[in-house]
Order: sequence, then structure tokens, then C-alpha cells
Amino acid sequence: MTHEVRVLTPVGMLGAGFPPETLTRGLELGADVIAVDGGSTDSGPYYLGSGIAKTAAAAVTRDMRLLLRAAATARIPLIIGSCGTSGTDSGVDWVAGITREILAEEGLNLRVATIYSEQQATGLKEHLGQGRIHPLPPAAELDPATLESCRHIVAMMGHEPIVAALEGGADVILAGRATDTAVAAAFPLLKGMPAGPTWHAAKIVECGGQCTTNPRAGGVLATIDATGFTIEPLHPDNACTPTSVAAHMLYETVNPFSMREPAGTIVVTDATYHALDDRRVRVEGSRFDLAEQYTVKLEGARITGYETMSFTAIRDPHILSQIDTWAALLRRMIGEWVTDTLGLTSDEYAFDIRLYGHNAVLDAIEPATGPPREVGVMLLVNAADQQTATAVAKVANPLMLHLPTPDMNYLPSLAFATSPAETERGAAYEFVLNHVVDVDSPTAPFRINLPEDTDA
Amino acid sequence: MPETRTPRTVADISLEVRSKNAGPFWVTMEVFLRDTAGYTLVADPAFLDTQVVAGLYGVAAETVQIYRIPALNVVKISFPRPVVQGSLRDRDIHAGQHHVPLALLPLPASTPSRTAPG
Repeated sequence: MTHEVRVLTPVGMLGAGFPPETLTRGLELGADVIAVDGGSTDSGPYYLGSGIAKTAAAAVTRDMRLLLRAAATARIPLIIGSCGTSGTDSGVDWVAGITREILAEEGLNLRVATIYSEQQATGLKEHLGQGRIHPLPPAAELDPATLESCRHIVAMMGHEPIVAALEGGADVILAGRATDTAVAAAFPLLKGMPAGPTWHAAKIVECGGQCTTNPRAGGVLATIDATGFTIEPLHPDNACTPTSVAAHMLYETVNPFSMREPAGTIVVTDATYHALDDRRVRVEGSRFDLAEQYTVKLEGARITGYETMSFTAIRDPHILSQIDTWAALLRRMIGEWVTDTLGLTSDEYAFDIRLYGHNAVLDAIEPATGPPREVGVMLLVNAADQQTATAVAKVANPLMLHLPTPDMNYLPSLAFATSPAETERGAAYEFVLNHVVDVDSPTAPFRINLPEDTDA
Repeated sequence: MPETRTPRTVADISLEVRSKNAGPFWVTMEVFLRDTAGYTLVADPAFLDTQVVAGLYGVAAETVQIYRIPALNVVKISFPRPVVQGSLRDRDIHAGQHHVPLALLPLPASTPSRTAPG
């Protein structure tokens, strides 16, 4: 009978790095499992669309080496979720390759399980036809063609596939797309810890040190028991306070009081946060309300076209004093020249002009006024193929070099940042799924590869 | 000798005003007020409500959610992302700079002076 389970999360993102001594400290504190998130949608749809990770292989290797050594030393499981940023099959294979290299180099004999979460449009269209796919706000009902258009689709697993891998004898679990919380919740739930405190603790630790007073000082350890959980930072000079822990429920959540997971909803409305001392916090009163229907959320990315970027800059105060007029003229002239030179209609390409230093970031909702000191002019072109996007940017090039304001009777020369001016960005992607699928079995959508017994 | 000045914006009475994606389809932002007085002011629907947020961000008021959390002196705002993340016209992939219009929101003229933090 287990009375408490200690979850060690040394870092909020695999590859972000952490002080090695904090991991050692976590083991000294009696960690029962190491759980690290390997992914996020936060940096955009490219990573899911392309199946390429955001992090450098060297950074993942550095973190994984420390984590694998720790897991082997303490003989506790290591769970990585959403491998390769997006949790595609290629992301799992990428982290698995790195893992096997390290295990061989270090002479460690750990049993590795992989869990794949990619979905095929064909199977999902059957679910759609049977009325089992539902939109989440603000999405609309799903069109089967949208499924077909995705380069990759992943389903977000809950804790159950991870638990299945643990029960199958895995020491290291490399999971595809998983909810941030499932990674940390799986082992405590397997050991019989209550759902409310477990899921709430998992949410609090998911970003490592984000719930501490110094998020740069490494991760945290959560101790979950029958009535709640206690959280403390790994770094001795860092602290968790009731405010820093409670405030983490705000981070990247729409609703700070409830969060839907596949099996149900984390509810923290009645949670209490109590300082045990100046660096540890006790949390009680968290609930997990089981849903009537188990659902998995889908993420999908499709190619919107191919992009080419060009970047020039303006320092001349005369042009800057009428920068909006100049930019409007640039937009109009690019449209005219592209029609004349390339014969493209306005639905065959699109472009965005961003005035960095003026209003690029906030655009229409920019509250400040007044002329800027210098402006970077980014032209971003999107077209159905790379050649067309680049051709548009090349046609725009003389305008971005020499366009005067309407009251100038000479041609200025503006400051291109690079030669050539154009940078081909390749395929551009967008997220197109914000839907859940009703499933009968929490493990059915996922493919679990259990470790083969090796000769120890 | 700390100078006394009149706070003019939400940022002036806050520890932090921040914004971030909440998944690919939502933006969320938080105002962490310095004290109860500041919280009371910003949490007052007469000062900040869904209509005000809609005006600041060019979104529909009925899509805006506001959470007022007195225990933390926090006002949290969430609404669907007005621009698709990573699309041609998305200039803030993480939505990490979209707190600024909220931070620069002018306080009511009657806001009392306070001792500026040293």
C-alpha cells in the first residue's frame, strides 16, 4: 500500500536545460518518478505540420543524458510526453534514437517503451460520420476535407496509455502527444493516489519552476498523498509560496478554475494553498470530476502555402513622418506590379507588410502614436508554391529599395538587411483542428510498443 | 526619498501584466495588481468589463471571459485569438506582447496618488 508518491519535474521542457544538482537534489528527496514535458503548441503549427522538433538535438541529448542517469541510479521510471515538440511519430522516434544512443554510450540497461499518437484521416472520418467528433469553442463543426488536408494529426493521450506502458515493465516511456498533465499524473494514479490532488499537482509541476518565485532556478518536486499534495522547489535558494503556486493555474489556461482532461475535469475552485514553511506549499481541496464521455483532443496542421520574406529598413525622418502613407503606397504598388509582371490575381497570392518599430506587433490595436525613429519593413508573401512567392518578393524588391513618399521628387534608397533580400521560408502551416473524439477505450487510439526483455 | 506620483495606467499599479497563448486558439492575459486597492479598482466592472476589452482588442464583447480572483489580486482575461496562430498575418506567435493595450489602459482620473515603488 503506497501512502505517497513523489513526482520530480526538473524542467518544464525537455531540452531547455536545468542545473544538474537540482536533479540530484530531487533524488535525495526520494523521487518516485521523473516526468518531463517534451512538447507544446505554443511556438506555432510548423512543428506539427513538418514533424520537426523545435529543440536542438544536442540540447535534448544533454537533458536526456542527465535524466537517464538519474532514472537508472534511483531505479525509478522516466516519462517524457509530447516528444519532439509536437508528439508526431517522427518526434517519438527522434527522442527514442537519442535515448538509445545515450543508453549504449552510458552502458545503461533501461527498458524503453514508445507510445505513438498520430492519427489517420481515414479512421477519423469514420468517427466523424458516426457523430463522435465535436468542436471545442471557438471551432465549428468539422468538414471531412479538413482532416484530409492535414499533414499530421495527433490525438492527446491521457494517463492511461502511459500507465499501460508502466504496467508492461517500461523504465523509460517516450510518449507522443499527451496532455501536459498526463505525463506527471500517470505514475501517482497507477499507485492509487486520489485523482483530485494528482491532476492538480500535475498541472502545477508541468512547467517545472514556473510555480516558484524564481522560475530560472530549476524544477520542483510534488509529493501527492491521500488528502492533497505538497510542492517544493529543487533549488535550496528557491521557494514556492501560496501565491506562486496558485498563480500557476493561470498560466496558459483559458479558465483558471477548471481544466478539461480526457477522463474529466480538474476543478480547483475550492483548493486551499497553505505555506508549510518559507519554501514549501501544501495544497488541498482539489477535485477531479469524471466526465460521462471519455474524449481525446485532436491537433492537426495543414500547409497554407509557401512563404518568402524580404526585409528592408527606413531611417530617413522624412519618410518616417509619413510612414503609414508610404506603407499604403507600397501595398498598392506591389499589387499593381505583381498583376502587370506576373499576371497573378489577388486570390493567387497574399502578402503582409509589417512595420517593425512602428506598429508591427499590435497593428490596428497599437495604442501609441508619433513618428518612429527607424522602421524595419518586413514583406511576407504566401503563395501556392515557393517559386511564385519568391517571384512576388522579387517584383516587390525595387519598391522596397526605392519607393518615395508621394511628395518626394527623387528616389530614396532604403536599407536592405541582407543580400539577397529574399529568404525562402518553405511551407507555412496552420492549426486546423480544435476538436475532440468520443472514444470507448482510453488506450485504443494509441499504439504502445512495450520494451522487449533484454539480457541484464 | 521616494517620489510621489499619480499612477496613470493599469501597469502603474501592477506587479506584472502579461499575455500568452492558451492553446492555439485562445489568448489569455493577467493583471497582477500590487495591492487590494489596485485590485478593487481594476476588478470593478465599471472600469473594466467585456466591452472595454472588446474595444482594446477589436474583438466581440460576447467572446470575452473575465475572471476576477481577489485571493491573488489578479484579473484574468481570455478571448479567442483574433488572428490564427502562425498564419500570414500573425505578428505575435506566442501572443506574448498583447498585454500592452491592457497595461496602458488609463486609470480613472480620480485614482489617488501613491508612493511610487523605490
